[in-house]
Amino acid sequence: MNHRLSSMYLLIVVVTLVLLMTASVAAQAPVSSGKAPAPAKKWTAKTPDGQPDLQGYWTNSTYTPLQRPQGVTREFYSAQEVAQVEKQAAEREAEQTEPGTIADVHYDFTQFGLDRSQSTHTTQMRTSMIVDPPDGRIPPVTTDGQKRQADRAAERKRMGATTDQVQNMPVGTRCIVMAGSGPPMMPAGYNSNYQIVQGPGYVMVLTEMIHDVRIIPLDGRPQLPGNVRQWTGSSRGHWEGDTLVVETANFNGKNPFQNASEDMRVIERFTRVDADTIDYRFTIEDEKTWTRPWTALLPLKSSTGPIFEHGCHEGNYGVRNTLAGARAEEQRAAAAKKVSK
Amino acid sequence: MKTVFRSSIIVTAAILAVVLIAPVAFAQTPAAAQAQPYRAPRTADGRPNLNGIWQGMNEANWDLLPHAANFGRVVALGAEDAVPPGIGWVEGGEIPYLPAAAAKKKENYDKRLTLDPEIKCYLPGVPRAMYMPYPFQVIQSKDVIMLVFEYAGAVRTINMGKPTEAPADSWMGWSNGHWEGETLVIDSTGFNDMSWFDRAGDFHSDELHVVERISAASPDRLNYEATIEDKNVFSRPWKISMPLYRRVEKNMQVMEFKCVEFVEELIYGNLRKPGTQPPAH
Repeated sequence: MNHRLSSMYLLIVVVTLVLLMTASVAAQAPVSSGKAPAPAKKWTAKTPDGQPDLQGYWTNSTYTPLQRPQGVTREFYSAQEVAQVEKQAAEREAEQTEPGTIADVHYDFTQFGLDRSQSTHTTQMRTSMIVDPPDGRIPPVTTDGQKRQADRAAERKRMGATTDQVQNMPVGTRCIVMAGSGPPMMPAGYNSNYQIVQGPGYVMVLTEMIHDVRIIPLDGRPQLPGNVRQWTGSSRGHWEGDTLVVETANFNGKNPFQNASEDMRVIERFTRVDADTIDYRFTIEDEKTWTRPWTALLPLKSSTGPIFEHGCHEGNYGVRNTLAGARAEEQRAAAAKKVSK
Repeated sequence: MKTVFRSSIIVTAAILAVVLIAPVAFAQTPAAAQAQPYRAPRTADGRPNLNGIWQGMNEANWDLLPHAANFGRVVALGAEDAVPPGIGWVEGGEIPYLPAAAAKKKENYDKRLTLDPEIKCYLPGVPRAMYMPYPFQVIQSKDVIMLVFEYAGAVRTINMGKPTEAPADSWMGWSNGHWEGETLVIDSTGFNDMSWFDRAGDFHSDELHVVERISAASPDRLNYEATIEDKNVFSRPWKISMPLYRRVEKNMQVMEFKCVEFVEELIYGNLRKPGTQPPAH
């Protein structure tokens, strides 16, 4: 556990690389006609108090990228293409590092069972999670959005290197919030595990990473007042037939999803389609950032418990060691400079 | 006449005797010894319904034992940091530490400004999570009962199925629950040795075993008790008990208290690059 967490910072770098590489591998896959799998038998189970039953352990681990890779024009791959994409991505993950980047540091995902190929993941034929716009890409960014993106980049530069102070580090490294919590709930590099529990009037979603819990009230209450902003926003839900619809707003803007503004609204739709699958789709509305709303679809696949306690902050040796290492390097460089004079 | 008078005195005396004695006799009947216990409303699957947002409105998080008001630890915080007085929640008014553990508790107390895990936003452990000055929500389903705490976003999953063993030690432990009539009984083990019971340095080892009993006392009040056992630290099991109250505010919700951000400068500030300043907040 400690070992696992001590490499957190490095791991996030590796995960980012892997995700980028997965997309490029997918882009190289051969093109042939593909079809979506046939819809499974309708799921009708209810909880004792009559809610459609979404309960259980789930994962959204997947090799499907958010955006359709450049060069791919179709909505679906063939089964052979998907197998090839996943195989190549798994091989990449097993190799871990890209020469010339962090090749002198060894981190083996498979050693800790963190490799996606070692646990349940969703295989879908889609070439992207994004289903709308139909090109599978995030829509064009507004002028406001571009300015905000530039301002944020300038501010990051002004703040200095990520190793200068903990506050410059990514929020995931700092164990504040990770991609899995969202909303929208996106696959993390590993441990993309969830538990859903329903009680009277509520749906609870526990995200394994950082033990983030969303308690979604179903009683039609208003959102929190507009000045109350949270990392994971404020979620309100209701049932539309057998679909749980959750609207989330009141984000604090400190962990912007795809560089959204803090006025982003996320509308999630959870529909259990069979014993093993929840159809999870989300729509992002943020007219300050994008020229139109956009929608993505990724299945939650039934998994096995338990959810382990992810005491991320409590075991965060990664931040401490990274900062301490940077200070030691500065001192060494200063000493060398002194000697050379 | 005289006989009648005499008879009526006897009758009156008899009636008085019955009236006076009956309550005493009644009180001695075990079934009627107390008022009828409160019966909680039922969930759709017939269990006592403990769903809701609850909070122990007391000062146990400062010190489980009876204590007078006291100085705080940070001069600049003045009365905000002063220790509020508390009536005490430990049965018998004493925590039965083994001799070495008593010394360790004293050391914890003396160094509490740097050692209390709450200061670093660490997970609170059990039973401390149940009486921290933050609300928590009970979400009951048939197979599991979730306890979701506002403080640090801590969470406990109570397995209501066949008891299972902890796969690894953790801050919040591994909990198996079952119903005994009106009472939810939670048996927890699998703890690490890093959480405390309060800000006064009361502590445990990884042998901690907690058995909690929770039942509804009224629509808006739970009776909570926890029996604490740890052969490395205590000479015998000991028990705390307290009410937990429902947070009845309209649209009450457990909000986000991700305190990591608030403690980063405290924990890592000594490692910042010389000349840099923390961002304004």
